[in-house]
Amino acid sequence: MELDMLGDAVITTRLDDAVNWARESSLWPFVFGTACCAIEFMSTAASRHDISRFGAEVVRFSPRQADLLLVAGTISYKQAPILKQIYDQMPEPKWVISMGACACSGGFYDNYTTLQGIDEIIPVDVYVAGCPPRPESVLDALMMIQEKLKKESFSQDRAGDFVGKLDA
Amino acid sequence: MLKALQNRFKHSIYLEKSNILSLKEEEIFEAVKLAFDEGGTLLLDITIIDYLDFISPQKERFALIYNIRHKTFKQNLLLKCFLSEAKAQSVSSIYKAANWLERECYDQYGIVFEHHPNLKRILNHWQFEGFPLRKDYAITKGQLCTQSVNLMPEMNERLLEKGLITKDKEGNYSKCEKDLMFINIGPSHPATHGTIRNFCAMDGETVIANVSEIGYLHRGFEKSCENHTYNQIIPYTDRLDYCSATTNNVAFAKTVEEMLGLTLPPRAVAIRVLVMELSRIINHLVCLAAQLVDMGALTNYWYLYNPRETAYDFFSKLTGARLTNSYMRIGGMSYDLYEGYEDDLKIIMKEIEEGVSISLGMIEHNRIFHDRTQNVCPVSASEAINLGLSGPNLRAAGVQYDLRSAKPYYLYNDLDFDVIVGSVGDIYDRIMVRFEEINQSLRIMKQLLGNIPDGDICVNDASVVLPSKENVYGSIEGTMNHFKLIYEGVKVPEQEYYSCIEATNGELGFFIVADGSGRPHKVKVRAPSFGAMSAYTQMVEGSMLADAVLNLGSINIIAGEMDR
Repeated sequence: MELDMLGDAVITTRLDDAVNWARESSLWPFVFGTACCAIEFMSTAASRHDISRFGAEVVRFSPRQADLLLVAGTISYKQAPILKQIYDQMPEPKWVISMGACACSGGFYDNYTTLQGIDEIIPVDVYVAGCPPRPESVLDALMMIQEKLKKESFSQDRAGDFVGKLDA
Repeated sequence: MLKALQNRFKHSIYLEKSNILSLKEEEIFEAVKLAFDEGGTLLLDITIIDYLDFISPQKERFALIYNIRHKTFKQNLLLKCFLSEAKAQSVSSIYKAANWLERECYDQYGIVFEHHPNLKRILNHWQFEGFPLRKDYAITKGQLCTQSVNLMPEMNERLLEKGLITKDKEGNYSKCEKDLMFINIGPSHPATHGTIRNFCAMDGETVIANVSEIGYLHRGFEKSCENHTYNQIIPYTDRLDYCSATTNNVAFAKTVEEMLGLTLPPRAVAIRVLVMELSRIINHLVCLAAQLVDMGALTNYWYLYNPRETAYDFFSKLTGARLTNSYMRIGGMSYDLYEGYEDDLKIIMKEIEEGVSISLGMIEHNRIFHDRTQNVCPVSASEAINLGLSGPNLRAAGVQYDLRSAKPYYLYNDLDFDVIVGSVGDIYDRIMVRFEEINQSLRIMKQLLGNIPDGDICVNDASVVLPSKENVYGSIEGTMNHFKLIYEGVKVPEQEYYSCIEATNGELGFFIVADGSGRPHKVKVRAPSFGAMSAYTQMVEGSMLADAVLNLGSINIIAGEMDR
């Protein structure tokens, strides 16, 4: 059998590229929305900004079905163990966007209740500034995740060496 | 109410400016009871003042405050007593609303309420040590917690109260005759609209008993206020009810202005009413959109949410922010209306009208919608008041209570609008009251458009309002004025004061203790969502699980305001 009998039906590529191409355009976000930022996520999902243009409109509320954790809102110390549990329940591969000042650093809630940034307990891929960030910034963060994952290998352990405050 | 109390307690002292009646510690329980009998049916708030390091010496370290509103809704009265020890008697047998309010006082200040049915922490984590709102607790002392709370003991008490189980002398509970299943809804669940945990005892599909846990979004608002100047607090107020940020700004600024005895220029008042009504509309839009999604009606979401985007454009142009506007300042506001705002508002109002009418068209005569909402989770008028509901939730139960008409402030006396009331107090009424309130707010906005008076947007008082930039950069007096106001803040004379407005979700009030400096000694928010959530248990027991989900949407819990 001659090879060219298959014609254009076969494309050769690297496995990483093929897998990443599929992942990139179908990120399924789990929105851990706690506060004001969650309202701006609603805007991101609504018609004008329309997150589905980037293939990420399948919002899951079960961590088992999601691969993008979007932490939208203030994380208090009371909330922290729950966020950690949800992160742990998500299967690999998984990415984390920290949306807004509170999730990134505690924001202006520098007080007894608020965790001073979620990266104290879970690894974060992209930080979005703003209080709350505009929907465009959220979309920008999503595209940054898409760019980032293209450069990764599907078999790589992404955040295996991360040790957070609740991992002790 | 006040006269009866003064006649009964001859030694009591009434401070007219603050509207506070001071009583003796041993009289306070009786006084609250008498206030209730004299028509003070709505308990607005209970709070504690910690006078440690206060500017003027006080009799005791802690004082207890009750805030009670009369059944005509026109007046409220604050009852105050000093506490010789960190304990008081619970009034939860008189007001159901007191249950959670007293728990909060215990949680934040460590005041023990005797005979309270369930005195445990409510906002802070159960592993938390110390009492954060006491003045000797450092603001930044955070505590990392690891274990979630076990709600089973509380559930057992609830089942016991309902007579479904018994308790023997050793404190062991009997098994329930019904085959109960216990499930958690939340804290991370799409239907909780934020992070609230409801723990339900289910008999089949029916919720037999429910206990709720809140506080997941407790962000230390009140502690932060004590450490910032009055104008710095404005951005914090944005994030209370973040669906209508400017309303909170106004509620706070208005309270401080009344403490300072300022009168706003007419233009500032008109702009405040205008943006507040727009905020009311966009808050109702989010509530209704999310509520209908819970019911499976996703299409409504788009029709209701998209006009909100246009309103965001208006707010962006006016204030520089979409959601958290920080628009108000003590003594006025940060920017004047921009050129062409009227045209923008007309477009927004038209879009809202269209969105509302299309959305209503899909549900108004929809059998599924009717079946799922009518006579579901009803609450009677008297119950609703006792539970501490206010705003649309209370009006849905048929109580004609709207501060805009009961005790008109700003322009509301001269504006034409109807107070919308329901009849049954079920989910249907709560939804429909909100739909119609959107129309009424549009009506108010139409009356204001074209009638906004010219003039200043801030009071003319250098001790309150920042000088113009020309002045700051051009003269030493201006520079010093700016510097003093930014560094030291607006100085509010020593007093205790409560003021409120009709916010989207009900009576939003601020109780402020000022000590003469630029920072408040204490700020307490009377948050409508807190009262609504404490009523939730009673509303859902006996209904189906799917209805309990709808009910949570229909009382419009905004976590930022509830947990603060």
